Amino acid sequence: MAPANTDRPDPGLLAALGAIVGPKWVRSHLTERRPFEADGLPTHASVPMAVVLPSSREQVIAVLKLLAERNVPWVARGAGTGLSGGALAGGNAVLIPLTRMNRILSIDPVRQRAVIEPGVVNARLSDAAAPFGLQYAPDPSSQTACTIGGNVAENAGGPHCLKYGTTTNHVVALEAVLPDGSLARLGSPHGEPWGPDLVGLFVGSEGMFGIALEITVRLVPLPTTIRTLLADFATVRDATEAVGSIVAAGIVPAALEMMDQACIAAVEASIYAAGYPTDAAAVLLVELDGATASVEAEAALVHELLRAHRARGVRSAETATDRARLWQGRKKAFGAMGRVAPDLVVQDAVVPRSSLPSILETIGTIGRKYRLTVCNVFHAGDGNLHPNICYDRRDSALADRVARASAEIMEACVAAGGSITGEHGVGADKIDYMPMIFDSTSLAMMCDVRRVFDPANRANPNKVIPIHACREWREPQ
Amino acid sequence: MSVSILESLRSIAKSAVISGPDGVPVVRPDSAEAIAAVLGHASEQGWRARVEGRGSWMPTDAPADFVIRTGGLDRVVSVAPADLVATVQAGATLETIDQSLAAHRCWLPIDPPGGDSRSLGSVLATATAGPLRHRFGPVKDHVLGTTVVTGDGRIVKAGGIVVKNVAGYDLTKIQIGGFGAFGVVVEANLRVRAVPAARALVVATGTLDLLLDQARLLREAAIDLASLELCSPTLLGGDRWTLIVQATGTAPGVAAEIDRVRSVASGASFEGLGPGQASRLNRAVAQAALDGPVSLRAGVLAAGTPDLVDTLGETIGHRRLSASLGAGGVRWVGNPTEAHVRALRHRFAEREVPLTLERAPWAFRRAVGHFGAFREGVRPIAARLRSTFDPKHVLVSAIEATE
Ligand SMILES: Cc1cc2nc3c(=O)[nH]c(=O)nc-3n(C[C@H](O)[C@H](O)[C@H](O)COP(=O)(O)OP(=O)(O)OC[C@H]3O[C@@H](n4cnc5c(N)ncnc54)[C@H](O)[C@@H]3O)c2cc1C
Repeated sequence: MAPANTDRPDPGLLAALGAIVGPKWVRSHLTERRPFEADGLPTHASVPMAVVLPSSREQVIAVLKLLAERNVPWVARGAGTGLSGGALAGGNAVLIPLTRMNRILSIDPVRQRAVIEPGVVNARLSDAAAPFGLQYAPDPSSQTACTIGGNVAENAGGPHCLKYGTTTNHVVALEAVLPDGSLARLGSPHGEPWGPDLVGLFVGSEGMFGIALEITVRLVPLPTTIRTLLADFATVRDATEAVGSIVAAGIVPAALEMMDQACIAAVEASIYAAGYPTDAAAVLLVELDGATASVEAEAALVHELLRAHRARGVRSAETATDRARLWQGRKKAFGAMGRVAPDLVVQDAVVPRSSLPSILETIGTIGRKYRLTVCNVFHAGDGNLHPNICYDRRDSALADRVARASAEIMEACVAAGGSITGEHGVGADKIDYMPMIFDSTSLAMMCDVRRVFDPANRANPNKVIPIHACREWREPQ
Repeated sequence: MSVSILESLRSIAKSAVISGPDGVPVVRPDSAEAIAAVLGHASEQGWRARVEGRGSWMPTDAPADFVIRTGGLDRVVSVAPADLVATVQAGATLETIDQSLAAHRCWLPIDPPGGDSRSLGSVLATATAGPLRHRFGPVKDHVLGTTVVTGDGRIVKAGGIVVKNVAGYDLTKIQIGGFGAFGVVVEANLRVRAVPAARALVVATGTLDLLLDQARLLREAAIDLASLELCSPTLLGGDRWTLIVQATGTAPGVAAEIDRVRSVASGASFEGLGPGQASRLNRAVAQAALDGPVSLRAGVLAAGTPDLVDTLGETIGHRRLSASLGAGGVRWVGNPTEAHVRALRHRFAEREVPLTLERAPWAFRRAVGHFGAFREGVRPIAARLRSTFDPKHVLVSAIEATE
């Protein structure tokens, strides 16, 4: 639990916020603010000074104008499923959850576009598009809870992003409110940027450039044929080499996911049991989709490659129910691991795909060195690892080992030519890792770009870029 | 003045400096550091620089105190076929890139107007995509990271060399389609593909209405294609419109999709071309974009394309027009007046369709700007970004119109 934030907003501010959104949508008592002290990351917490829940674009604009006048920092929040502490607000910052702005404004099946408010839950959009034979492709494993506003801020990915691309490939236009309360219309329904590509810049800016108010996204046709294969292996190396061979063969599966033995054990012991063989060192979930003939041809080729890399068995989902069951284990893997111990660190890093075999061995070694069980469940096709560690944060010595192991894993991924995050963002959690991959000039440029949108640094302060990297900090005028 | 600029450039450039045809000094740096040294100095002196690639797309006619030519940075630095990524310097031509990649059985599915003598930098700066954008997306989808020198000589790296990455803001996006206003791209990490096992190209010719109709049928049948490009009669020489359909993938997959194209078609017949003929046709489409002084692209959805093509026909003629009837987007090449462009922009803006000026002589670019009027709230952001990446406005660019 985070220390109680005893900063009290001045009653004038609370009253002014209440006048905009209605008093019952302003939370100022500690008991009401507590639920907002964390997101999905267990290691960080801080209680916001106040929470204000607007329900319309006009209210969001008025709130930001008011906070600008009074020079108060603020943090936008979606569903709070983020895994990098991005939606945490501390000190005198006001938290602005956007969950009440949850209308799908339009779905246009002919133009294959949808316009939505930021609080729309990801899976709801695909559900709403399905009757038209369309889907919203980015599918984070948290899709039944996370919001598209949060996805935009993090540039969220998901299993099917291997073929379909991440959030940035699907957002074509945005209406954003900047921290001074002014509006900007970025992009166009087609996706042509209409100026510098500000949509591309905004996506992944982790809530530091403004609030996405209205989001226009591409919808893509549901595939006519889907083939889902499950292959199990006696060694992790065989599984990762099979991944490499599929990628190098020029096949782009819709998804190519891997789970190791620790993860399989957790899933199979949970209510999400998917029938994965528990004696396997690793399983691969390969999904191919598209037109029937190409899917059949690719499936045959993948089958061959899996066998050539010593898959012990390759199972094909015959029915939609089979397929859903195979996926359930993957999508609920974090939940299953969460039941093993009170706390779970979900790590997120990327390596070049050819480094997967060696990096997984390195991660295993690091786990043994710190006497920790690392469960790997990840997007193997794009080299996006999730080495997860179950632990109990009340044991501070254990928590310390977890932190040190996480840092070492990250260093190994960077040394392999990778990145410190593939989809969860930097937030508060990885801010200290940023200098591992960016030099000071590049970090200073990020600070400068942030100030283009937010000269006073009031939007989601103290996230993403270490403050000492900013020029105004290094070169006091 | 240029004599002294020439002298100073010689002393700091660490690379060849020559006096160009019009007496303007030309620097041909061979490293990011060399560009940084030159731009840092230019920024202090208040000089203006024109950045040139191979000079095969944008006319090299913008007034400037000196020229930076990226031809000295023409290497394919690395290709990693197992990871399907490559690092390429901005002055490398598409032809060079294709050859290097082919040696590793890799492929960069970018087929921009103008053809393969263009430098990678010019393709990135103008975000000019060709027919393959139907399957493989806009130019930005191929770029994983960049090294950029800012107008005041800072070397900034963004993104990385892995296919998925959200560390830090995505500054790479600002460079792609930034028309050189936000820095000089020196190097890019690209996402490449394995060379497909099979490719096929089929064409149908006929009236505009017939082909628009065929394309709609193909779209509705959700046939998995690599491109679906409509070309005007003038573009390919002749009196009929042409619909070019490409498929890539496994041999059985490609054969099946082409069969479906033929069975879905109604009233048009699709003729298959052999590999040689197919690549000649693709080259002709790309080259045609140079057959006129001005190239425009309209960001229109496939569903809105028939209307937009009509409007263009009624106002400035169809000329050399091509349209992606799947991904959307229309390219038009000809010789319009500035007033035409302004009027069309005005008209298209009501339909939320931007009209981007991709290529034109400097005077034209300066008068109408690459983008015309921005949407609400964008102008101040674009201006502040420009000042952030190029505080002294050293880099000559027409991202804003003069009026
Ligand atoms: C079990 C589990 C599985 C997950 N799987 C995946 C996965 O597969 N792929 C993946 O990418 N992520 C995954 N995540 C992480 C998380 O779900 C995503 O980062 C998601 O995008 C966060 O959305 P949210 O609505 O919860 O946002 P929050 O956590 O509430 O906020 C995230 C960030 O977005 C900002 N923000 C929120 N709304 C707006 C807005 N309208 N405008 C501007 N900024 C805004 C916040 O300030 C914050 O910085 C997973 C999380 C969990 C718990």
